[in-house]
Amino acid sequence: MSTVEDSQSRIVFEDLPEGECAMVLGGWTAAQLAVPSHWEAVQSALQRAATHGASMRWDLRQVQRMDHSGAQLLWNAWGRHWPARLELLEPQRAMLERVARFSVAPPRLQRMSSLAAFEHLGEGLFRVAGHIQGAVRIVGQLALDLLQLARHPGRAPWRDISGHLYHIGATALPITALVGFLIGVVLAYLMSQQLRQFGADAFIVNILGISLIRELGPVLAAILIAGRSGSAITAQIGVMRVTEELDAMRVMGIAKGFRLVMPRVIAMAVAMPLLTVWTTVAALLGGMLAADLAMGLTPAYFVTALPKAVELSNLWLAIGKSTVFGVLIALIGCHYGLRVQPNTESLGQGTTASVVTSITVVILVDALFAVVFKNVGI
Amino acid sequence: MSAVQIDKLWSTFHTNGVESVIHKDLDLTIAPGEFLSLVGGSGSGKTVLLRQILGLETPTRGSVTVMGRPAAEMGRTGAASRVGMLFQHGALFSAFTVLENIAFPLRELRTLPPDLVRDAAMVKLQMVGLDPSQAHKMPADLSGGMVKRVALARALIMDPPLLLLDEPTAGLDPDLSDAFCELLRSLHQELGLTVVMVTHDLDTIYELSTRIAVVAEKHVIVNASPREVIAFPHPFVHAFFLGGRGHRAMALLRNPPQGV
Repeated sequence: MSTVEDSQSRIVFEDLPEGECAMVLGGWTAAQLAVPSHWEAVQSALQRAATHGASMRWDLRQVQRMDHSGAQLLWNAWGRHWPARLELLEPQRAMLERVARFSVAPPRLQRMSSLAAFEHLGEGLFRVAGHIQGAVRIVGQLALDLLQLARHPGRAPWRDISGHLYHIGATALPITALVGFLIGVVLAYLMSQQLRQFGADAFIVNILGISLIRELGPVLAAILIAGRSGSAITAQIGVMRVTEELDAMRVMGIAKGFRLVMPRVIAMAVAMPLLTVWTTVAALLGGMLAADLAMGLTPAYFVTALPKAVELSNLWLAIGKSTVFGVLIALIGCHYGLRVQPNTESLGQGTTASVVTSITVVILVDALFAVVFKNVGI
Repeated sequence: MSAVQIDKLWSTFHTNGVESVIHKDLDLTIAPGEFLSLVGGSGSGKTVLLRQILGLETPTRGSVTVMGRPAAEMGRTGAASRVGMLFQHGALFSAFTVLENIAFPLRELRTLPPDLVRDAAMVKLQMVGLDPSQAHKMPADLSGGMVKRVALARALIMDPPLLLLDEPTAGLDPDLSDAFCELLRSLHQELGLTVVMVTHDLDTIYELSTRIAVVAEKHVIVNASPREVIAFPHPFVHAFFLGGRGHRAMALLRNPPQGV
């Protein structure tokens, strides 16, 4: 409590008629002892004291301030028993007694036995089975909810749907446009370098058109939206679990499939194709600009050549594909959101897992589309 | 020297462009060795005051001095040896075990050997009444009472002279709450701590406080021993201490806490 800063912790040896005496001095606290130079000096002094064994006399009365870490250090240095000759003040004795009473080794950590490893494997299998079950349930529930929507369109949560449309779709326009534009520029620039070697400059329209409209547009938009809105869906529903809002809805008899999952899926299914077209247009603009700058290919030529280079069916394929991506991203987001446990750690894990899964699924499904529709539009 | 010295403190907050004044010329002095309870209505800024003592928030005007240093320096290296804080929900690091949580401030000094750090953490673990077998549990597996004890052990690992408590008994059942009060009182006496506590629980206030400071009308209206505070003529004091709940809790005052 003193205003005076604690001074360096140290041990001074004094030769007295009745034997050697170790005077413990200074601030005997963790903060003082942890200064590397203090620590080394104290260590060598304690080692020197240890060579004297039981004949050493200890004097703690001059210590400025001692804390439990300092007391622990002395107690360990004494070999965990009281030295035969010890001079100390009453509070110091109380502190050392507490340290003496409570100094026990922590329980040993259990190593994983082969049985536990086997059980771990089993838990993993059950977890996978749980995910499959949850996925089947959420898809089935969505089908039933859509049926109900078709029967009673007046009772549908239209306001929720329009709100999600705004948050998923409208607010994502700037970022998707920026990313699409830059990808278009980079792609066109790289392509122009290669095509020039073959004198095939004009084919840049074909390459950009097919790759952007058929593949990059939908996948780029889907990955951006999975990272942006898929995670948001999981976090929103997960937070509702943590704050017991989901339970409150259940107690009031409000179906979470109809009110939480279905609006998000519908909004995503509508927003995703629109965002895909938007991203593709931005990328094509970027490509057009880069082609003009790098190869002198006029935008007028680009615009007239594009419809001849790319069949219209590519656009329909892209739109169909992106609708599927949107539904999948929303379903995966909801699936992980509903699986969040009511604690914050699980919320973080669920959000991460949701994003990783939806991006992986988007790319897998895209590969599937590429195989199934390999004869369309090329 | 006083443990905590607050002079002419002003706290203002901006919400939606409207400025609201929480504290106005607030003065508070806390002497070493006191167990002071901060009492006030909801929204009177008790927790804000606690956070200002910790240097987590900067007052608009005025000065806060803790152990002879400005509170703004509180968060610097070695803060754990100057002040300990028990947060309302424990604030245990969820990625660490109980023992790692308690040992964290010591381990971060990076000089002390691991076995000494572990021994010191085991001593603190048992000082707060936990069993050594709990050492390797994760915070998520602990009950509310145990979380508070582990958080207290962590706050005390470097034996700071000043301990701050935010609602220490909130969310504990009466038995656990009594046991925790008992623990706080014995630690206060054994370690000679200065304790500042924010709580609404009258039982806890009466059981532990050597002094009560009442925050109302944007400043400390009275800062005195429990008996003097109850006798203080002010509508808030009257409603808070002498309402129905107050009378029931007052029975505890017959065995006043042992002064230090």
